[in-house]
Amino acid sequence: MTEHITSVRTYLLVFIALMILTAVTVLVAFQDFGAWNDVVALTIAVIKASLVVLFFMHIYHSTRLSKLVVVSGLVWLVILIGLTLSDYLSRGLVGLASS
Amino acid sequence: MQAESSRAWGLAHHFDNFEQQREASYLGMWVFLVTEIMFFGGLFTAYVVYRSANARAFALGSKELDITLGAFNTAVLIGSSLTMALAVWAAQQGKRKQIALFLVLTILLGGVFLGVKVVEYRAKIDHHLLPGPDFHFPVTEVDEILGVQEGNVEMFFNLYFAMTGLHALHMIIGIGVLLVMVVLALRGSFSRKNHNLVECMGLYWHFVDIVWIFLFPLLYLLGRNI
Repeated sequence: MTEHITSVRTYLLVFIALMILTAVTVLVAFQDFGAWNDVVALTIAVIKASLVVLFFMHIYHSTRLSKLVVVSGLVWLVILIGLTLSDYLSRGLVGLASS
Repeated sequence: MQAESSRAWGLAHHFDNFEQQREASYLGMWVFLVTEIMFFGGLFTAYVVYRSANARAFALGSKELDITLGAFNTAVLIGSSLTMALAVWAAQQGKRKQIALFLVLTILLGGVFLGVKVVEYRAKIDHHLLPGPDFHFPVTEVDEILGVQEGNVEMFFNLYFAMTGLHALHMIIGIGVLLVMVVLALRGSFSRKNHNLVECMGLYWHFVDIVWIFLFPLLYLLGRNI
């Protein structure tokens, strides 16, 4: 697989998108969506992180093996947080932060 | 060693060609970054658990942080990611002066970020918000009834300093490596075919950017509306 060279135009567009999303996340932080506050903030963060991974880090044009490694990293993170919370929440030691 | 000397400069003996070498280093760097996800993951898990235990205390702590400086630093770091990406772009074209230029810009933006972080840390220490014997946070009666104790807010600042501190350490290491790379770029160590170091450094820098993309809303923004 030959190296794909991302154009400067793509980098600039991703940069502008990241800046706009930063402004949006600050603005919506002062609005109250109740239990959805965390969801809104994290959704914007995930979109920003995805843009960085796909374009700045070239995963969009990489091999399937590289994509698999990235996804596997996220799977382990979900296991780490998910299993920890399943313990804490099911024992009633903590409640959901948003409630 | 006739066979050895006929090989292209910069191509390790265990690779068939530059393409294979590039793929291997790109993949290897990603495997390292996956371990970094787990490294920071432990702290993020701690944040989730303690915030779940007392969300109001975390909101009170979060309000003590300077949202303007936080947003400014987010923009600075995203800008440094852009210049880092352009350094990799310049390396792919084999333009060595441009590689050095974009790397220097990345270093400067990274320096601005760390400078603002120092200002923020100083203000927190001055306001007795550094966890330890000097920590003091006045909890109102209303908040006390709602279950907030000083120690809960202190835990927020424990996590604030641990998470942003580990992130800043990554940036300091990154800037150190970037400085070496500026010298290498000016010496002409990178070519159109062989610029794996620049690309891997780019991956590392973008990863540090992503960590901040999550730290900013979690530490500075959540709980603003309480």
